[in-house]
Amino acid sequence: MKYLPLVLANLGRHKRRTILTILSVALALFLFASLRTVVTTINASSRFGGARRLVALNATGLVFPLPLSYANRIKAMPGVHNVSWANWFGGRYGDGKRFFANFAVDPESYLAMYPEIVIPPDQRQAFLQDRTGALIGKRLLSEFGWKLGQNVTLQGTIFPGDWTFTVRAVYTPTDPAIGDDVLIFHHEYFDERIGRAGIAGWYIVEINDASQAPTIAKQIDDAFRNSSSPTKTGTEREFQASFATMWGNVSLLMGTIGLAVVFAILLVTANAMMMSARERTGEVAVLKTIGFSDRLLFGLVMLEAGVLALTGAFLGLGGAKLLYKATNFNAAGFLPGFNVTTATLILGAAVAVGLMLASGLVPALRAARLPIVQALRHVE
Amino acid sequence: MALVEIRDVYKSFQRDTQKIDVFTDLSLDIEAGSFTALMGPSGSGKSTLLNLIAGLDKPTRGTVRVGGAEVSAMSAGQLATWRARNIGFVFQSFNLLPVLTAYQNIELPLLLTNLSGKDRAERVRIALDVVGLSDRADHYPRQLSGGQEQRTAIARAIVADPTVMLLDEPTGQLDAKSSQEVLTLLQRLNNEFNKTIVIVTHDAHAADRAKSVLHLEKGDLIEKVAVA
Amino acid sequence: MRIPFIYNVRSVMQRPYSTALTALGIALVVAVFIGMLALANGFAAALAKTGSSANVIVLRRGADSELSSGLGRDVASMIAASPHVATGTDGRPLVSPEVYVLIPLGKSFDTTQLANVVVRGVSDQAWMVRSNVKMTAGQRPTSGRPEVCVGQRLVARFPHTGIGQSLHFAGRDWTVACHFSAAGSAFESEIWGENEQFMPVFRGEVFQSITFRLKNPAAFDDARRALQDDKRMTVDAHRESDFYSQQSQLLGRILAILAWAITSIMAVGAVFGAVNTMYAAIAARSPEIAVLMTLGFKPSSVLTSFLFESAVIAAVGGLIGCLLALPINGLVTSTTNWASFSEIAFSFRVTPLLLLNGFLFAVVMGLIGGFFPAWRAARLRVVQALR
Repeated sequence: MKYLPLVLANLGRHKRRTILTILSVALALFLFASLRTVVTTINASSRFGGARRLVALNATGLVFPLPLSYANRIKAMPGVHNVSWANWFGGRYGDGKRFFANFAVDPESYLAMYPEIVIPPDQRQAFLQDRTGALIGKRLLSEFGWKLGQNVTLQGTIFPGDWTFTVRAVYTPTDPAIGDDVLIFHHEYFDERIGRAGIAGWYIVEINDASQAPTIAKQIDDAFRNSSSPTKTGTEREFQASFATMWGNVSLLMGTIGLAVVFAILLVTANAMMMSARERTGEVAVLKTIGFSDRLLFGLVMLEAGVLALTGAFLGLGGAKLLYKATNFNAAGFLPGFNVTTATLILGAAVAVGLMLASGLVPALRAARLPIVQALRHVE
Repeated sequence: MALVEIRDVYKSFQRDTQKIDVFTDLSLDIEAGSFTALMGPSGSGKSTLLNLIAGLDKPTRGTVRVGGAEVSAMSAGQLATWRARNIGFVFQSFNLLPVLTAYQNIELPLLLTNLSGKDRAERVRIALDVVGLSDRADHYPRQLSGGQEQRTAIARAIVADPTVMLLDEPTGQLDAKSSQEVLTLLQRLNNEFNKTIVIVTHDAHAADRAKSVLHLEKGDLIEKVAVA
Repeated sequence: MRIPFIYNVRSVMQRPYSTALTALGIALVVAVFIGMLALANGFAAALAKTGSSANVIVLRRGADSELSSGLGRDVASMIAASPHVATGTDGRPLVSPEVYVLIPLGKSFDTTQLANVVVRGVSDQAWMVRSNVKMTAGQRPTSGRPEVCVGQRLVARFPHTGIGQSLHFAGRDWTVACHFSAAGSAFESEIWGENEQFMPVFRGEVFQSITFRLKNPAAFDDARRALQDDKRMTVDAHRESDFYSQQSQLLGRILAILAWAITSIMAVGAVFGAVNTMYAAIAARSPEIAVLMTLGFKPSSVLTSFLFESAVIAAVGGLIGCLLALPINGLVTSTTNWASFSEIAFSFRVTPLLLLNGFLFAVVMGLIGGFFPAWRAARLRVVQALR
């Protein structure tokens, strides 16, 4: 691009203005990428779910338990490969300021159903063999400074008292939606301490054929419809998706703010472009005298706006992507797998291009339409 | 056929509510290889005439031909292209782009051609050499004296090898010494390189250096004096 | 000697577009600032108004929300007998034992979108203990019948909530007997019904919370100590207002942090815009500034003059921003309060204080943006500028 030195020289005329404008664009696109990533992360987690896993809850509401006796009945149903169960524990560690999920599961069956939970074999064995053992997500190690073999005590909120576990295994999730900061312990230990007849918070049912999901789900619900604890069964993905909707109108909120941000920066960029353009009418006239065509000058101004916008976009979008990856950001556990997607980057680049067009258009048209003789008269 | 042929040109301007006639019926020729000075009081239309030749302005009536091409009938787009190839313009206030070095300023007209980077560099070097500023190639206009700036502007005007060079009061903002330098350069361009030069000027010294002088008064050609 | 304001006004009018763009940029930042804080405010307010400082809520010890708590009937009797409990006009102690569960309900506009709605079992006393709750339509549920009362904020957003209509949950049909309001608090997002109706279908003979009115609101600490030291029960007592405020902390804090983070970043961008504008303005007016100084105006006057100009442009932006944000006030939105896992609807709350903050924020942005350019103007070398 032989005209690039000319465009860059023009931008270098007011270095401070150019830098400030580029930084503004960078900040705006950083915000844009961040806001959009909140939405994409929530959506991604709502799409998580093994195709062959069903979740059965108490139909009255997920805060109500299901009898453990259902396990064998469900397992005996056609098409069902395996059954596991879990109970939300809701324990608090320390002052409770750093929330993390913790629940009791039937360990052998649960881990067998979730290949996404990757544990070194020796640790897996250690966990399975220790009834008071805990399996923790990788992040909890760094968050609390826990070590393998250490005792960890949680305050029960739903099930009162101090509950002590020994850290026996650390897992790494292969799917970011699972979250790397969960604590899992043995259901047997849970049953023992609460002393009540066995209850499960929810069942996870692994089926042989994913296409059978609706049929089997209905079968399970039919079986328990008239009991005291009727079930509502659906695919794991539906279950996850229902959590996503609990955030409420997040996309609308983020989208509106994103729009305001982009618009505000558009004003800043357009202003900078206009100021530069106003100061250079004389030079535009000279260039036209030399023989630069109207169309070429239009293009040069657009190119100038483009350099501003795209440099800012590169800094802002790239910065967002790198920052969140480097800090392993997950909003204190609420947004696991927070990662700026390629789609977001592309969308951000498109926004930058739009910014370029919108902010450059008026000055570019002005330059193209500048009447040479009159402009020269101002110069002389 | 003269290089520049102006025939029956009528040019008027609208200034607010007033209509001002600059030329009512102007015809003149400028031969190839000539060095012509256009003189006359303010408002006589000298600059306008230059603009007409350069295709920067159109006559209200009449024709302007340069090198056989009917400039007065071309569209704006055609004029831009034509001007890049055929006209070298020098202003009173130099009008160099302050953000570009002397080299880059001179290169500007060549960007409009299809020449390769190497070819462009070659031509710029030659132009710098001709105007005697080879050692100042990387200087910015603010680092040059007035005379040096004007010489850079002249280099910019010749680098694309135009058909005719038009200069509007080229020595107007220069001191005596710089003026002499510039005028000597112009004479050399005309004698050695056979460049056709038309300069508008108040400066009698400049007129002396030219080969012929045209006097304009109120849009009429009064006198054509051939200087030996 | 102060440079007359009219100079600034005239100069600004000579660059109308540039000024307008800068002011608008600031306006947008202020609008987002006010909007987001109004959201956080609204949420906090809804929860803050939920509890009264004259009431005490009792939960099982260690429970961090009503959901995780469980108290027996015996505990309810013991509390009713406490000397700290106020007596109602009918002579009965103002004690309200309550069942608290969450049920999934599909929203009106899209029934596949579920929300966890609070269903609260109450007795007659509840209506008196929670004094900001008032019935707005229909009649109180008849004892012994499967009837419920629906909070105002739920009515528009969930189907089958009209008077006389039938809601289905916990495997049963419940007739909607009345609607109630609660001063915009969290209760308005709840469904109320008789304890005895709910207990058998939910968690059996256990309450989740017991709320009572303090006989002497100043004696909360005594009441709390008495209950927590009582060996017959293991409970925690909280002032009701504090308890619900606490519940709003998590999400409230998140919203506030989000508001400040986003607006700060936007503000930096807007300030950059202001800086650009002011520098350009000053560059264009150098000769005038030089003339002013030649006439005898001091550099400090020049500084003040330009700072003032920048601040005024920003202030205009601030006003526009306030106007842009005003219509949000009262807009109802909902989300899940993660602390209690329950659905709560609340309205954006734009307060005069918030508007003032937004306006001041704008002025500060203007002052920051204008400072360095104004400083440059004040330090202008007269001779250079006049050349």
